[in-house]
Amino acid sequence: MVEVKNLVKRYNGKTAIDGVSFNISEGEIVGLLGPNGAGKSTTMNIITGYIIATQGFVRINGFDILKNPLKAKAQIGYLPEQPPLYLDMTVGGYLNFIYDLKKVKLKKSEHISEICEKTEITDVYDRPIKKLSKGYKQRVGIAQALIGYPPLIILDEPTVGLDPKQLVSVRNLIKSLAGEHTVIFSSHILHEIQEVCDRIIVINDGKVAADNNKNDIIESASANRSIVVHIEGDKDKVLDVLRGIENVIDVENTADIEKNVSEYVMSYESSHDIRKAVFKELAANNFPLVKLELSDVSLEETFLKLTEEKSTPQEASQETAGDWAESESHETKEDSAEAQVQEAGQDESQNGERDDLEGEDTQNGNDKEQE
Amino acid sequence: MFAIFKREISAYFNSIIGYIFIAVIYFFGGLFFWATSLFPQNAELSGVFDNMTMIVQFIIPILTMRIISEDLKLKTDQALLTAPISTASIALGKYFSTVFVYLMGICVTLFYAATISFFTVPDWVVIIGNFVGLLLLGMALISIGMFISSLTDSQIVAAVATYAISLFIVLMDGISGFFNKSFVSKIFSYLSFSGHYKNFTLGILDWSDMTFFISICVIFVCLTAYVLEKRKWS
Repeated sequence: MVEVKNLVKRYNGKTAIDGVSFNISEGEIVGLLGPNGAGKSTTMNIITGYIIATQGFVRINGFDILKNPLKAKAQIGYLPEQPPLYLDMTVGGYLNFIYDLKKVKLKKSEHISEICEKTEITDVYDRPIKKLSKGYKQRVGIAQALIGYPPLIILDEPTVGLDPKQLVSVRNLIKSLAGEHTVIFSSHILHEIQEVCDRIIVINDGKVAADNNKNDIIESASANRSIVVHIEGDKDKVLDVLRGIENVIDVENTADIEKNVSEYVMSYESSHDIRKAVFKELAANNFPLVKLELSDVSLEETFLKLTEEKSTPQEASQETAGDWAESESHETKEDSAEAQVQEAGQDESQNGERDDLEGEDTQNGNDKEQE
Repeated sequence: MFAIFKREISAYFNSIIGYIFIAVIYFFGGLFFWATSLFPQNAELSGVFDNMTMIVQFIIPILTMRIISEDLKLKTDQALLTAPISTASIALGKYFSTVFVYLMGICVTLFYAATISFFTVPDWVVIIGNFVGLLLLGMALISIGMFISSLTDSQIVAAVATYAISLFIVLMDGISGFFNKSFVSKIFSYLSFSGHYKNFTLGILDWSDMTFFISICVIFVCLTAYVLEKRKWS
């Protein structure tokens, strides 16, 4: 469906992306992940034909974006970083304009109203875009990308500016596109990528740092894993027993849980599972095992590893620390926000959705930085 | 192209710019019609057309300043340039929409001619010549204004630069006098808009004059499409 080969883009002597290559099959939802300024938007802009690569080529459904731009562009629906909205138009007027611009052949009014329902903008159909909140503007941006149901949909940070309820519905919308559409989706909210996409392409410093299935990426980046155990018994003796187990790299006493029960974190080579050995050794030495938990390697940790490897130590610590803090705060807010949504869902019918119009944005403050 | 044409027409009248443009044309047109034709009971409309050329040179930059600068500012050019249409279609759609609004303004002069025809037989040849001249002059200035608008995302800069060029065009005849029949003087004389405009005011539709103005339009519409295309490569 999408063939990207050796893309290079240089701006005024600076290399924005350097040798980016990947193929995407039909129906895949692919997450484009990377720190700010890594080259995600540049890559998307090249795929959509908004800018042209210094080197390399892009083919959409076999059509080269440079040699056959009109046919290639007809395959794409694109939501750029900043939604391309004419503020003087009404939502309906704008979507009708995009329909005409893309020369769509479907039944006009039915098609547009269907997309409005999908993106939940039917109630603002006759409103001028300039009077909409950021969340609604973002959804109108998504709606224009869906006009004509193009086979390839490219969304550059589509959830920026959405409130928690909209976040969930937009993610579900993107998931629902799988199969019928190929979706390339960028975000710096790692939790979101993890939730929505099956495959992840990590771009760092203008290069593809990783391109694989979500779980494979996490696995490949983690040479060592760890388990958390709660064990009853004398700490020093327990530590001696644990350190004596084969393939254990390190053991650390991290907390006292209750009387005579302590928590230990054991790291080991991911190729050798030590859980059975831990159980057997503790049983043999008569130390009751109260709890054993496999510590999951999160996408955040994987992301940090992948991006740190490529950056200089100073840059990496600055960049990734920023993203780390950002993604962590997003997740915390989102998690709590999602909980609020569930609660709010009960009296939603009373409140309605009008609070999003013309008022203060209720989004989680995830204003993106300009790349 | 037609989608962009329709959208741009609606953009002029969704904002105040279209109304201001038409209001200014109608106000000054009416004023000059009263002052040069109705009040002195003169069947000629040359006075109206002469003054209108000055007015359109001043207000066309208001019409053209937003035409592409606004897209660059709002990033709506991303919707246009990633749609399955060529940059030439984008430039033409925008150009003809502006010409259409301009035409809506200057058509009022035909209403003046029709008014005169109730009292006497107007000199239709001169009126049509003047009208075609005013239309072609406006079309040429719009193409230049659109080209300048494609170079910047600031509408103010686009308007001021278009004003400066309009002024330069007006002064071009005078400037050519400084060069005493030299090669440069000939170039300035040939490029002078007023030199090519004179025949229209006499009711003469000369092909060379028409070709001159149409060439200006074609060159600057092509240059606009080129700038849009080149931006992809930069």
